[in-house]
Amino acid sequence: MSKLTEQLVVETVDLTKNYDKTTVVDKLNLRIEEGDIFGFLGPNGAGKTTTILMLLGLTEPTSGTAHIYGYNSTREPLKVKRITGYVPEKVGFYEDLTASYNLAYTARLNGLPEDLVTKRVNESLGTVGLSHVAEQQVGEFSRGMKQRLAIADILIKMPKVAILDEPTSGIDPEGIVQMLDLIADIAKEIKMTVIMCSHQLYQVQRICNRVGILVNGKLVVEGLLDQLGREALGGGRLRIEVKLTEITSKLIDCIKRISGIVSVERSGDLLLITCLEDLRPKIAKAIIDANGLLVEMKIQRYALEDIYRKYFREA
Amino acid sequence: MKGLMTVFYKELADHFTSWRGIILFITVLLVSVFATLGPSGAIENLRQQLATPVQYGVGRFAFLYLFTTSGEDMPSFIWFITRFLVPIVGIVLGLDAINSEKNSGTMSRLLAQPIYRDAVINGKFLAGVVTIAIMLTTAILIVSAIGLAVLGVAPGSEEIARLLLFWGISILYGAFWLGLAMLFSVYFRPVAASAVSSLGIWMFFSFFMSMAAVSTANILAPLSQTPTTAELLSNYGIQITASRISPIMLFGEAATILLAPGARTAGEMLQLLTASGALWMPGPLSLGQSLLTIWPHLATIGGITAALFAISYIRFMREEIRST
Repeated sequence: MSKLTEQLVVETVDLTKNYDKTTVVDKLNLRIEEGDIFGFLGPNGAGKTTTILMLLGLTEPTSGTAHIYGYNSTREPLKVKRITGYVPEKVGFYEDLTASYNLAYTARLNGLPEDLVTKRVNESLGTVGLSHVAEQQVGEFSRGMKQRLAIADILIKMPKVAILDEPTSGIDPEGIVQMLDLIADIAKEIKMTVIMCSHQLYQVQRICNRVGILVNGKLVVEGLLDQLGREALGGGRLRIEVKLTEITSKLIDCIKRISGIVSVERSGDLLLITCLEDLRPKIAKAIIDANGLLVEMKIQRYALEDIYRKYFREA
Repeated sequence: MKGLMTVFYKELADHFTSWRGIILFITVLLVSVFATLGPSGAIENLRQQLATPVQYGVGRFAFLYLFTTSGEDMPSFIWFITRFLVPIVGIVLGLDAINSEKNSGTMSRLLAQPIYRDAVINGKFLAGVVTIAIMLTTAILIVSAIGLAVLGVAPGSEEIARLLLFWGISILYGAFWLGLAMLFSVYFRPVAASAVSSLGIWMFFSFFMSMAAVSTANILAPLSQTPTTAELLSNYGIQITASRISPIMLFGEAATILLAPGARTAGEMLQLLTASGALWMPGPLSLGQSLLTIWPHLATIGGITAALFAISYIRFMREEIRST
């Protein structure tokens, strides 16, 4: 599929925001495609929230443009907001009103006809598993429940894009996993593109397929998670760790003969193999052919943290 | 437009179902009843005045006097409305209109919906004004009902017209206080700050402005030991001009002229409030003349209200709303 036919969900061109001479977002060029779950990473104060506010037309860029589904965020904010669901970092509800009332208000603000309001509210609450507390005041909700309610709140308008600013902050670890899975499930089910801001890396790694790292208002790196990982770990190479009962030089030679192997090093009872692609099946076969006894073979998984640290240090 | 109406209905429902709204309503009810029926309220006083109608010029507008007559220890209904009820209702309805939504994180969510931003501030203002209107209607109807039941005086057509006008300008006056409170709620993030600011302004105008006016007059036109009429007049003139800085005074004068047609000029308001009709003119003003007299007052209150709202509006529209 060519890139041209794919609809760009988010596109910013030289998006810049200055506050009293400090540049918070600096000529940002961001492209997010349909169906992506995009992890928007960066340390605190990197300009993530400011970028989001500009995408939603809640603040005006100093220069440059932002588009969501082709709509100019600054000039057509209503069209943008109709298709975009936004969960702000410290999302709040009217605490003395019930969950369903809060959602019904959102539904009415989105211009849903009255007969659809209740139906949509019940569906959304059902999706996030809050049906049983629909008539309870939001003030009685736990932090995790409020976050789930926030997801239900954006589902009311059936958005094409969801922008989630730190959707997991303040939730317990188990809640975080549930929350992330919920987001991923919904995204798949209603074909919603997700932009998730976070500085908690393993969360992003869990559900995102693309990431962008923003440091000091600049996008230092952007791309598919797999690619970035390999680039971070030694120029697109993979490392495979092999544990054998006995290591002989004959065996090492056999492995070296496989095409695609860059180097084989010995370290104790381990062999550290660097290769250009995942050659585990071939390596296993070579070891067995050479009568070696294979105990364990591990491919070194890059962690997003490695990517993050690498680019963060560079910036 | 749809967004505006949605915000409006929600805010209106909030005003009528929240504790704040219920307490305000109870206050309005209590004040209306006590000002008229209280142990030494207007009714008692009016009974005596009706017995000698010619002396006080009460006769033709007996029904209206229910609103302006004070009792022995109890101020009149319009005193309560002017000094206390309308300012408090306006301020309490508006003091956290914008900043509480910012603080609780609902504002970001609200503005992420496909509505124009001004729908939020317009809807809130409109809901406040309508709430004030409903409360004033209740208060006026209670006083009228008591008048009808206890005194047995029915209002004439001019009296009804004057009451309706009074109702209208009271709403405008309420809108002023609401606008003031909302202005502070746009500018100040902590609710305590916005509350103290608007209540402070109310207290200043309500309690200290008259003192400030008297001292200004005494400095600019000092009175001798045995003041001449010219001295008294100029001193008094400055006093009135200075006190008209206060919207409370402006509205008080306008309301009195509307409801007490015996009053001839706006300045007589001062006597009205103090000497209970000592300088009463025998021939009442026609409705048209009354309106002519209070027109500058209304234009001023309306102008200030519009300016206050415009400042809040512009600030709110340009503001960047962050959830943190």
